[in-house]
Amino acid sequence: MDFAFTDEQEMLRHQARSFLATEFPAERIAELSFSEAGWDESSWRTMAELGWTGLSIPEEHGGAGMSFLDESVLFEELGYALYPGPYLSTVALTLPAFADAPDLLASVAAGTATATVAIAEPGGPSSLEDAGGVRTEALRAGRGWSVTGTKELVCDLATAGHVVMVARSEEGVGMWSVAPPVSSRRVTSTMDRSRRLGRLVLEEEPARLLVGPEHLEPVLRQMRSRGLAALALEAVGIAQKAFELARDYSKERKQFDKAIGAYQAISHQVSNIYIDMELARSLAYWAAWCVAEEDPRAPTAAAAAKALASEAAVAACERSIQIHGGVGFTWEHVLHRYYKRAQWISSFEGGVSAQRAVVASSLLDA
Amino acid sequence: MDFRDTPEEAAFRKELRGWIEAHLPEGWRGRNPTPGGLEVDAAREWSKRLHEAGYAGLTWPLEYGGQGAPYTYQAIFLEEMARAEAPEHIGVIGLGMAGPTIMVHGTEEQKRAHLHKTLSGEEVWCQGFSEPGSGSDLASLRTKAEDAGDHYIVNGQKVWSSYAHIADMCILVVRTDASVPKHKGITYLLVDMRSAGIDVRPLVQITGDPEFNEIFFTDVAVPKSNVVGEVNEGWGVAMTTLLHERGTLGFALTARLEVAVAKLIALVKERGADADPIVRDRVAQQWMELQALKLTNYRALTTLMKTGIPGPEGSIAKLHWSESNQRLTKLALDVLGPHAQLDGDDGVWGGYWQHQQLRSRGNTIEAGTSEILRNIIAERVLGLPRSR
Ligand SMILES: Cc1cc2nc3c(=O)[nH]c(=O)nc-3n(C[C@H](O)[C@H](O)[C@H](O)COP(=O)(O)OP(=O)(O)OC[C@H]3O[C@@H](n4cnc5c(N)ncnc54)[C@H](O)[C@@H]3O)c2cc1C
Repeated sequence: MDFAFTDEQEMLRHQARSFLATEFPAERIAELSFSEAGWDESSWRTMAELGWTGLSIPEEHGGAGMSFLDESVLFEELGYALYPGPYLSTVALTLPAFADAPDLLASVAAGTATATVAIAEPGGPSSLEDAGGVRTEALRAGRGWSVTGTKELVCDLATAGHVVMVARSEEGVGMWSVAPPVSSRRVTSTMDRSRRLGRLVLEEEPARLLVGPEHLEPVLRQMRSRGLAALALEAVGIAQKAFELARDYSKERKQFDKAIGAYQAISHQVSNIYIDMELARSLAYWAAWCVAEEDPRAPTAAAAAKALASEAAVAACERSIQIHGGVGFTWEHVLHRYYKRAQWISSFEGGVSAQRAVVASSLLDA
Repeated sequence: MDFRDTPEEAAFRKELRGWIEAHLPEGWRGRNPTPGGLEVDAAREWSKRLHEAGYAGLTWPLEYGGQGAPYTYQAIFLEEMARAEAPEHIGVIGLGMAGPTIMVHGTEEQKRAHLHKTLSGEEVWCQGFSEPGSGSDLASLRTKAEDAGDHYIVNGQKVWSSYAHIADMCILVVRTDASVPKHKGITYLLVDMRSAGIDVRPLVQITGDPEFNEIFFTDVAVPKSNVVGEVNEGWGVAMTTLLHERGTLGFALTARLEVAVAKLIALVKERGADADPIVRDRVAQQWMELQALKLTNYRALTTLMKTGIPGPEGSIAKLHWSESNQRLTKLALDVLGPHAQLDGDDGVWGGYWQHQQLRSRGNTIEAGTSEILRNIIAERVLGLPRSR
C-alpha cells in the first residue's frame, strides 16, 4: 500500500501549477469568460507541446503512454486554476471512444484536435447512465453514415473539433463522430461561463462509426468512470482554492480589533472546509487509481468520489463566500467563478443523490 | 500510488486471516472488551493470545515485545480484525497512548517494566487526565504531587477515567509546581492502581454502563522512578499522549466504523429498508465517509512512513470518525422505526443499536471535544490566530 504520487507526477504537478499561474491568472480567467470563444485557443497547442493532451495515449499513436493517474494530477491543477478549455471533454470524456481510431488519437496527442461527447437529449436521457434511451438516429448513407437528432448540455460544444454522438442505428446504440457546422451549434447560456454547454441540431450529418453497439458497454463505463473521477479531482482543486482564500482572508481581515480567524464561528468553518476537502481528496485519488488500474470498483469509486468532492467543493465555496463577507458576494471577486464551476461539476452526469444511488446499488443490490 | 498489498503484505494478511479463523472462540465475535461486551478475563485471555501470536504491538520494537513491522501491517491487522469482528485488544489506552508515550519519553527501566506487559494484556492502563475543574483546559489541573525524598505524595481527584475500575496502571498528570505558569508545573507519572490511598468509584454513563470512573488520591506514594520525562515538563509528555489518542487511535476507530457500516447494511436489508430511496442515499453517504476516512488515514500513514512525521491529515481522523459514527447510529435507529424504543432483550439485535447510538454521543466529547479539535486544526494545522 502506497498513497504517494511518484516524483515524476509531483514534477508534472509543479510544472502545471507554475504554467497555469503564469498563463492563466485570475484576471485572464475573468477576461476569457467574457470573450466570444470563452477560451484561449493557442493554449491547446502549448498544452500538447507540454505533453498534456497525449499523456495516456499509447506511444505508437504519438502519446506518452502514461496512465489516468498522471492525467489526474492535471485535472486537479486545471481545476485549481479554473482553466477554461476542453481538456476535460477531450481527454477525460472522449478518449475511450477514440481507442480504435489511431488517427484521432494522434491528432489529440498532437494538439490539432479537440473533442467532446454528446449524450443528453431534450426530453430524453441526460447522462451516460441512460444512454440506452437516446433517440438520435444513425443511418447508413452509401458506404458511410449520417446522424440526425438534437443534443443538449454538450460540454465545450462551441470549440470541439469532433463531437462524439451517442446515437441509435438499426443494430442498436453506438457512437459516431461528426464535425458539425457552426450553424448547427448553439452555445446555451451557462451559469459557469468558463465551461459552456451547447445545443446541437443535426440533419443527416455525415458521420463516422467509432463504437458499434456490441462494444458500447465497456466504452460507456470507461467514459463515465474517467469523467466522474476527473470531475472529482477538479473539484478537489476548486476546494483547495476556496480553502486558501478563506484561510488567508481570515488571517488578514480585522474586525473588532482582531483578525476574524480568531473567532471560532469563522475558524471552525475554515477547519470544516479543510476537513471535507482532505476527505474528498483521498477518495478522489483512490478513484483515479481504480480507473487507471481498471479495478472492478472503478465505477463505484468514481461515483462516490464525484459526489463527495463536488459537495466538498460547493460547500467550500459557500463557506468561503460567507467568510469574505460583502466582498465575497461581488462579481469582481474570483470566488463566484469557482462556486459556479463547483456547481457545474455537481450537476454533470447527475447530482450528488444520483451518484449516491450508484453507490447504494453496489452496497445493497449485490 | 498503489492500493494493492505488496507480496509480503498479502502473505501477512493471509496468515492473519487464517489465524483469526482458527483462534477466535465461538461467541466472541462482535464483542469488544466493554461493559456488556467481552468479560475482563476473556478479554485478557484474547489479548494474551494476540500477543503470543505476534499480533499485538506490530509496530513496536522487538526488544519491547513488538514485531518491528511497518505501519502498513498495523493497518492490515486492524482491517482484518474488523472484517472478522474480532474483539479488540483490552489495552486500548495502553497500546494507543501509554505505550507510545513511554516509548518516546520513558526511561529504559520504564520501557522494560511496562511495554511487554502492556502488549500481553497483563497490564491494563487507564488515563488520569481530566478533573472536575479541568477538562478541555487540561493544563489547569490541580491534583498535586509533593516531593517526599525518593517518592511523591499525590492528593487530588480525577474524573471520567475509562477502564479505571479494571486498570492495573494509570498515566497520571499532576501539579508539581503551583508557582509557575500552568503549563510549566506539570509532571507525568506512572501510577500503580493498587497503591494504598487510591479509591475508584464508577460513574454510570447515559448507556447505563459504568465504563468510566472517578479516582480519588489520598496520600498516594509514587516512586520518583515513575516520572516520565523531566519533573515539571509533563505537559510536553502529555501532548505526546494526546497526539496518539487522536492520531494512532484514529486507525482503530476507523476499523470500528468499518464494522458498523457492515452491520448497518445488514440491518437495512434485514428490515427491508433497502428499497427506501432515502435510506439508500444515507447508507451510501455513510459508506463514502468511511472510505474517505480510511483512505485519509492511509494517506497520513504514507506521509509518516516517508517523512517520519504524521501528515496533518491525521488530525481529521478522530473528529470525523466521531461525527460520522453519530450519524450512522442514528440512521440505524431511524431504520428501526417505532421499534427503536425497545432496547435490551426486547430490542432488535438485543438492543445493540440503542447502545451504540447512546454511546456515540460520548465520541465527540472524549479524547478532546469536537470544538477543541476544530480549534487545533485551525490554529496548529492551518495557522489561524489563537481564539484565546
Ligand atoms: C466517554 C468518555 C470517556 C472519557 N475517558 C476519559 C479518560 O479515560 N481519561 C480522562 O482523563 N478523561 C476522559 N474523559 C474526559 C474528557 O477528556 C473530557 O470530558 C473532555 O476533555 C471535555 O472536558 P469537560 O468534560 O470538562 O468539558 P469542558 O471542557 O468543560 O467543555 C464543555 C463544553 O465547552 C466547550 N469548550 C471548552 N473549551 C472550549 C474552547 N476553548 N473553545 C470552544 N469550546 C470550548 C467544549 O467543547 C464542550 O462542548 C472521557 C470523557 C467521556 C465522555
